Amino acid sequence: MPLTHADVAAVWLTLELASLTTVVLLLLGTPIAWWLARTDSRWKQPIGAIVALPLVLPPTVIGFYLLVSMGPHGVIGQLTQSLGLGTLTFTFTGLVIGSVFYSLPFVVQPLQNAFEAIGRGPLEAAATLRAGPWDAFFTVVLPLAKPGFVTASVLGFAHTVGEFGVVLMIGGNIPGKTQVASVQIYNHVETMEYAQAHWLAGGMLLFSFIVLLALYSGRSNKRIWQ
Amino acid sequence: MIWPFQRRPAAIRTVAGLGEIQARFKVEHAGFSLDVDLHLPGRGVSALFGHSGSGKTSCLRCFAGLDRPTEGYLQVNGQLWQDSAAGIFVPAHQRAVGYVFQNANLFSHLSVQRNLDYGLKRIPVAQRRIALEQAVELLGIGHLLQRLPGKLSGGEQQRVGIARALLTSPRLLLLDEPLASLDLKRKQEVLPYLERLHAELQIPIVYVSHSPDEVARLADHLVLLEDGQVRASGPLKETLLRADLPFVFEDDAEAVVDGLVSAHDQSYGLLSLQLPGSRIRLQLPHGPLPLGASVRIKIKARDVSLSLQQADDSSVLNLLPARVLDWINVAEQAHVLVRVQVADEQLMARITRYSFDRLSIQRGQSLWAQIKSVSLLSAS
Amino acid sequence: MRPGIFHTLCTLVAALAFTSNVLAEQVQVAVAANFTAPLQAIAAEFEQDTGHRVLASFGATGQLYAQIQHGAPFEVFLSADASTPAKLDSDGLGISGSRFTYAIGSLVLWSANPSYLDGSSAALMANQYRHLAMANPKAAPYGLAAREVLETLGLSAAVKGKLVEGQSISQTHQFIATGNAELGFVALSQVFKDGQLTGGSAWMVPAELHTPIKQDGLLLKKGEHNPAAAAFIEYLKGAKAAAIIKSYGYQL
Repeated sequence: MPLTHADVAAVWLTLELASLTTVVLLLLGTPIAWWLARTDSRWKQPIGAIVALPLVLPPTVIGFYLLVSMGPHGVIGQLTQSLGLGTLTFTFTGLVIGSVFYSLPFVVQPLQNAFEAIGRGPLEAAATLRAGPWDAFFTVVLPLAKPGFVTASVLGFAHTVGEFGVVLMIGGNIPGKTQVASVQIYNHVETMEYAQAHWLAGGMLLFSFIVLLALYSGRSNKRIWQ
Repeated sequence: MIWPFQRRPAAIRTVAGLGEIQARFKVEHAGFSLDVDLHLPGRGVSALFGHSGSGKTSCLRCFAGLDRPTEGYLQVNGQLWQDSAAGIFVPAHQRAVGYVFQNANLFSHLSVQRNLDYGLKRIPVAQRRIALEQAVELLGIGHLLQRLPGKLSGGEQQRVGIARALLTSPRLLLLDEPLASLDLKRKQEVLPYLERLHAELQIPIVYVSHSPDEVARLADHLVLLEDGQVRASGPLKETLLRADLPFVFEDDAEAVVDGLVSAHDQSYGLLSLQLPGSRIRLQLPHGPLPLGASVRIKIKARDVSLSLQQADDSSVLNLLPARVLDWINVAEQAHVLVRVQVADEQLMARITRYSFDRLSIQRGQSLWAQIKSVSLLSAS
Repeated sequence: MRPGIFHTLCTLVAALAFTSNVLAEQVQVAVAANFTAPLQAIAAEFEQDTGHRVLASFGATGQLYAQIQHGAPFEVFLSADASTPAKLDSDGLGISGSRFTYAIGSLVLWSANPSYLDGSSAALMANQYRHLAMANPKAAPYGLAAREVLETLGLSAAVKGKLVEGQSISQTHQFIATGNAELGFVALSQVFKDGQLTGGSAWMVPAELHTPIKQDGLLLKKGEHNPAAAAFIEYLKGAKAAAIIKSYGYQL
């Protein structure tokens, strides 16, 4: 049975969400990972723990707090309203924010490992060769951390594709806006459209397998988490 | 590429002090402190010598600006790089230093060629004083340019590291035990290149080492560090002969002497050296070297004995006229280290106290120094 | 083994035996989310009166159906509609003849803001809100009813783009309660107790605007031989339960 129009829309929306989330995650996760890899600050452990929270928290906990805090009476909601953005629940932007928080450890940790593995040596060499900190970051750290960036992007992307609880809690199941593939599968199951559910669920299974297979084959000699 | 947003380097202030390096660093860590005040010559090789943990590398990192001492002052031939009292600290990437790391520290993602280019490209053309070809030739790495660092031997990596540092046209070259991680064979491979640096570069070099041999071979000025403090600092030969320093602990006591090649005896395989400013000659087994070439030799105190007469029936090759300067009892009481003058050079003789008393050695006394063994350190 | 540990183990084994004894007297009930509050009240009374224990799982009707179909250990099913129990019956997962209507649901338009609704449909018709919440009509009978109301009032086109769907009626309530949706359709039982609203403001949707929400219950195959399951169904039909059900705004 072919996919319905709504299914196709949900798949596209999912890919869009995962791509945008991955870009935001790399922009946001890189400085965090860099800081965590280099700092001796006593805030290192607490910040590291906060970043890792989504690894252990049920997505519904994150979703619930996001629903409350992004709502009209919540901290984020008040902020976005005062900026004239309205509230972000039930919006694509809201999903991106939720997904970014939810997938953050999957990007930060591989990057942090990669940065730690590089160590201070290459940066010090760059400094004595007249490269300033930014220069050294782009010409030495980025190329050396490339495998870490690949792992981080793939994991961030794949984890966002597979996200469900958070999206369910703050999405509102709006076709084309917040109705992503995982929620659509849930809809099909709930409404007993099992054949439809199989098409989507099987597709996601295949997708996840291919992504992980590519990741493992690409780095067959190295452990993903170092 | 040069990162476009790089801030323009802060103007570096100049101060009086051409021809010398002044460095004062104070670093306090848990379990370690460094407190040094150094005046080093503005050219030639200054060696920072000491055991591991003595603060050599910390000191070198302060020179480079890789570490920021709590209190510090550094001027190199008139360029002020740090003056904590005035709030001045020029960051590492704005200092004209070349730094050779103990483990070479090449960029593993770049070929040798691009490693060399990395520093070179960041130096404005007008400020370059050494061309890529020159550095490549000086270090003999022309055949390695297309390789990745991972494919090089330790010695080759070090030579690339040195060339890379030189290509930034530094005003100060810093070497952090560049030979320490190499085996003897690789050491022998790199040492000649370091000697060429010494001979051909006009800039000061600060060389960190814990190997007396390397220091004796390369240095002009010696700084002895102990527990983060300067134990001694001065011209190499003088400092080596200071009998009060741990440097001369019994077996290790040695003197460094410069000589000129004056002859070579093909049939016996002996090389003759003349001590500068005198007619005194030394002989040692060695292949031929160009006449008039300047060489550096090392004579261990334990290889020198003293006699009152010019014995001509000894198997010892070198018998030199000497004058007693002073002496010191070494720890275990059985031996005495005697410092003697030979021509313009000084040697040390390690003799038993029994012999010392039997010869009733006096200050200013003339006698003969028998030298059992001489080793050639370098030829340039 | 030291005697202390042995003693502890014996106690533990005894405690386990005791627990398994209790297990025989409990009933596992799958309950449509809208009936959460009344069921908890009824279960408390039931446990006190009979000594049996009720283990209740709350969820959307569709979700519970899927779980029962795939072997979930539920013994009694309280649906939010009439068609799902009928389907289970024809699937052979229910006990024939055990189906009964335990409540007729009332739909309410509710807002957490006490002054947003004035007991009429005025605010809904004015269409001045950003988000209107309802349950997914495909999964939840209250969602279906809400869609019928919007159709009857001719609002379907106007609210398009403002509609947000909860996967169950409880999630819909969550959207409204947190203020993320200004108003929305929920079950009266969720916001009503002892004859009055528990908070916010509301419009009681007239029953003629949608198909009646007949909520049927059913004894499942898994509960066929459990006396506690039969007892619970009988209790649900009794006067004590009826009073509780009515107090939450359901019809009978």
